[in-house]
Amino acid sequence: MRRALAAALAAAVLAATAPGAVPAAIADSAPASAPASNVAPLDVAEVAPGVFVHEAPFALIAPANRGDIANLGFIVGDDAVAVIDTGGSVATGAALLAAVRAHTDKPVRYVVNTHVHPDHLAGNAAFAGEGAKIVGHHKLARALAARAPFYREQADRQLAPADAAQSDFLAPDIAVEGTMRLELGGRELLLEAHPTAHTDADLSVLDTATGTWFLGDLLFAGHLPSLDGSLTGWLAEMDRLAERPVARVVPGHGPRAMAWPDALVPQRRYLARIAADVRALIAEGRSISAAAESAGLSERDAWALFDEFNPHNATAAFQELEWE
Amino acid sequence: MTATGRHLSSAALALALVAGGLGTILFLTPASAQEAVQPAAQEPAEATWEAIRFDVVGDTAIGTGEGIVAIEAPYRAHDAAIVPIDVTAHLPEGRTVKRMTLVIDENPAPVAATFTFGEPQADMAVSTRVRINSYSWVRAIVEADDGSLYMSKRYVKASGGCSAPALKDADAALAQLGKMKVRFPEGADKAAATSTPITVPSASTTADAGGAKRLKAQIMIRHPNYSGLQMNQLTQLYIPAHFVNDIEISQGGRMLLKMEGGISLSEDPTIAFDFVSNGSPVLDVKAIDTDGKIFSGAFPVDTGRS
Repeated sequence: MRRALAAALAAAVLAATAPGAVPAAIADSAPASAPASNVAPLDVAEVAPGVFVHEAPFALIAPANRGDIANLGFIVGDDAVAVIDTGGSVATGAALLAAVRAHTDKPVRYVVNTHVHPDHLAGNAAFAGEGAKIVGHHKLARALAARAPFYREQADRQLAPADAAQSDFLAPDIAVEGTMRLELGGRELLLEAHPTAHTDADLSVLDTATGTWFLGDLLFAGHLPSLDGSLTGWLAEMDRLAERPVARVVPGHGPRAMAWPDALVPQRRYLARIAADVRALIAEGRSISAAAESAGLSERDAWALFDEFNPHNATAAFQELEWE
Repeated sequence: MTATGRHLSSAALALALVAGGLGTILFLTPASAQEAVQPAAQEPAEATWEAIRFDVVGDTAIGTGEGIVAIEAPYRAHDAAIVPIDVTAHLPEGRTVKRMTLVIDENPAPVAATFTFGEPQADMAVSTRVRINSYSWVRAIVEADDGSLYMSKRYVKASGGCSAPALKDADAALAQLGKMKVRFPEGADKAAATSTPITVPSASTTADAGGAKRLKAQIMIRHPNYSGLQMNQLTQLYIPAHFVNDIEISQGGRMLLKMEGGISLSEDPTIAFDFVSNGSPVLDVKAIDTDGKIFSGAFPVDTGRS
């Protein structure tokens, strides 16, 4: 049904596969061997040598999708593996681990969480048996402390009872302030803790060997961005992110690999539109309800899940911008 | 919603390019319009209200608010921690508004806030934002100067608003605790407010009140307004309730509006209200939170476009 969107995404994927940007073949790769467990592995594609991404569908967390709605990835070094985000349930995390095991026997040394939202980190517990250290923004532990009980209640509403019962939001073992390098053996990851943007605990992961940059939900493509941090902070941070010369980026929601900074264009446009519309409404003396109903509507055709997230974004933007 | 255009085959994608225009039309189907309709069949009984009614109003009879009190709220909350509520009232001839109580039946503390008016006025308009914990009736009960009560209600679908941590940037919230702002919104809302009939205040007000203007002011206070239901996972303890429980707004030494209660008001509590200006150029706002912290400020009255 989202046909205009599908076309836009097709164009975005084509752009990302331009010569020199991404390896020629990014088709879903077949598992190298049968997974060790009987858990069905997530589909992953090798977007750059040793860099695997699971491209999730655009959806809200629901019993049938088991929280598999955010892009996830892993990077394989000579000695060890780093997983980037773990999905919206322990079951999805286990399916990601099965995908890792289908490609390598090396130990998972790090589980990196790009931010606090459950669709990105509720699968952490699936990696507990691997001895992996959980890595997050230095504000992630606090954000999780404040939100985990609510996220547990939410899991009861959004997941099947068996999946919800497993919910366990593990806090990070390693806190990143500024930047941090993680060594995987002949391969170094550069982690960067960002100022408040999508959330107040956004962390990006750059694979320095291939120039592949996992942005988490600092970047949405096709799926409407959701605002849970600071609109002005996010707009300012995008200006900085855009200047970074990288080979490709992996959005938290969107195609598995995209050209940079082209991939940022629609999100910048949408967030700037929300800011402009909400500021205009505030100047006119209109209410927060009016903002939820009218801000950003000109962007409606361009995004999946617009109605699910736009009123919430407009509400958050109003609450932030009315203090200007 | 599980729409996922990206999983279409390449043939379907080619078709999608051709059919982009049609897709646009399909995309514009207003899902939210369906939610605006209040389905009577799903509305719950009044059991909770019957159980709490005495604690809220005693055994005073409650008259219908139809045509007298109007309450607006989204049928489905976009953010259960920030649900906008607008209440307006126009009392029958000869009566003035003394108090308005906002009740959220299914919240752990159902009385969200009580607003008391200092100056006699037949019209009332109050807007605020609240946390709503589960699908609930939200009621506005207006008490007139003669003690009679008028009630209107609205059903809101929301989940987890009381336990939801609305704080988006915890550091910014702490750094700005207690900061106040007062706005005098104009435009559409103002126009609506000024178009309603205005009762000239009684003899207790100053002589120039007859020519005074009806204004709308929005009071904003930076405060986390913890409901006491958010839990700290590290300590496994509930974050103690810590909210603004008393706000008094006055103009030139005369009290215009007093808010008491406040446990269900959203983070960064805000109250917008209409008042008839008594001509004094300063609006004083004093707020007290449950820790006894006092926040106060004086703000110039913006009389808006003349």
